[in-house]
Amino acid sequence: MRAISPRSIRGEFRGQLGGFALDASFSVPATGITGLFGPSGCGKSTVLRCLAGLQRLPGSFCEVDGEVWQDTQLFRRPFERPIGYVFQEASLFPHFSVRANLEYGAPRGSRSAPGAIAFDEVMELLGLERLLARSPQNLSGGERQRVAIGRALLSQPKLLLMDEPLSALDRLTKDEILPFLERLHDRLALPVIYVSHDMTEIERLADHLILMQAGRVLAAGPLHDLQSDPALPLAVARDAAVNFDATVESHDPTYGLLTLRIDGGQLLVPAPPLAIGERRRVRIAAGDVSLARQAPQGTSILNALAARIVAKSPIGRSEILVVLGLGPQGEGARLLARVTRRSWDHLQLAEGLDIFAQVKGVALAPERGASSDQGYAAAKTAG
Amino acid sequence: MGGLSNDIWQPVRLTVELAAITTLILLIVGTPIAWWLARSKAWWKEGVAAVVALPLVLPPTVLGFYLLVLLGPDGPGGALANLWGGRTLAFSFEGLVIGSVIYSMPFVVQPIRNAFAAIGDRPLEVAATLRASPTRAFWTVAIPLARPGFLAGAVLGFAHTVGEFGIVLMIGGNIPGKTKVLSVAIFDYVETSQWREANILAGGMAAFAFVVILTMMLLEKRTARIGA
Repeated sequence: MRAISPRSIRGEFRGQLGGFALDASFSVPATGITGLFGPSGCGKSTVLRCLAGLQRLPGSFCEVDGEVWQDTQLFRRPFERPIGYVFQEASLFPHFSVRANLEYGAPRGSRSAPGAIAFDEVMELLGLERLLARSPQNLSGGERQRVAIGRALLSQPKLLLMDEPLSALDRLTKDEILPFLERLHDRLALPVIYVSHDMTEIERLADHLILMQAGRVLAAGPLHDLQSDPALPLAVARDAAVNFDATVESHDPTYGLLTLRIDGGQLLVPAPPLAIGERRRVRIAAGDVSLARQAPQGTSILNALAARIVAKSPIGRSEILVVLGLGPQGEGARLLARVTRRSWDHLQLAEGLDIFAQVKGVALAPERGASSDQGYAAAKTAG
Repeated sequence: MGGLSNDIWQPVRLTVELAAITTLILLIVGTPIAWWLARSKAWWKEGVAAVVALPLVLPPTVLGFYLLVLLGPDGPGGALANLWGGRTLAFSFEGLVIGSVIYSMPFVVQPIRNAFAAIGDRPLEVAATLRASPTRAFWTVAIPLARPGFLAGAVLGFAHTVGEFGIVLMIGGNIPGKTKVLSVAIFDYVETSQWREANILAGGMAAFAFVVILTMMLLEKRTARIGA
């Protein structure tokens, strides 16, 4: 007998599917967006289908927010689970109008139910108002996917499952939809499992991450923790980066600089003014961080943060990935730096050493809800 | 029309009645069969499909012979007829309906099965994730999306029942007002050298066949456009 754990999503899915062995166990909080990430064919979509009950693997276990959906005796069929599901292709019903599609899963007469996701709110959140009378055939790919998301939300799910909802869309359409998803995240207290093989989507959206490889779960936990774990493939990847939440502390109008507080330090970022206290997600790539033994002087680099080396991991023959803990004791957020092995030896770096991390570029997530063609890159700085 | 005997219209009425009843029964009986054939993963389903398709290749006289045995006084049809005091279902309108349902089954089941199969799993999965029970998904998603298949099946089933000859002769005979349908009537007129009557009925059938084919083609075009 397993203990019931409220406010969490637990899955243990195992079985043979054709020539593919799935053995995925995880437990993540039933809050925020959890990215389900891994290379194509690693079984992430199968895990999502198992969560929805679309795929039934006997001997598996599934529990969401204290309710058991599957165990050895019980299997709730998909229509008996309070889920919303967004497929890779919008899969709208072609014989219904947009409005009828949206209303298909909406419970009757529950419009005023407490905590319910209101029709008008979904219209506004996803910009669907002017599409209502149209037929799905006359929508663009991005519009269709927005309707599909709205349709899933209006079925009043307790868990939203999204299976690579952006991967069938072109780059521009993707950037049109991402802000909608970010707004969703900010406005609705709805847990989401978001499958993707695109790390940039995960970095923008996810709070937690389930990392999969070849049918198994490598790790599950907060995004930031997994990004900075040198034992996992994310940290040693070519485009390794960490994301963290930053709070706006002040704005310097003379130079057009924002001061952002992060866990264990401060960052100066050239950006238009923002409200004090506003929270934004920032991204710092491992390749944009260099190390110095002394506080740098006479440099154009704006951000030099006191940090402690907490771990390292070699990348190939010539480079080393360094995991830093921000703050004088290294107890703050983790930062990644990629340095050459030569520099490591020359500077006599070692684990436990206090150093300064020079940050060449900080990418600030675009304003939630504002459409941006470049996404993160729009605010990427060189200072 | 003075020269024409009044009973030239009797076979026409009878034929339309037979085809309409047969088509209705086939839509009711054929839909679950088509659904099962399209969705089931049972290994023996193609065996069932082959049995359903058998009338396509079987000579009508062979089918008619076995139906005669089945419907006759010593077969299950006779036992059934006993329930309301009859002796046999052969040479009766009810017998013709049973024969037509079997004979026309593949023409109704096949298009509906194909239409169900063409829908694929996705729309039904979507319906399920939107809290629709399998029954609701069937009526609100599967049936509307398979509509072209139902139209094609109904038209083909109706037309084939109208054109049936061999089986009718075997199990229905030639009883005016009861089993004498169009095709048998034409044969009769030719036998008795009433060429004018034969011509009117045969010409009418040809026109009917043309309308059927044209309808089918237009339907197909429409479906292709919707699918695009």
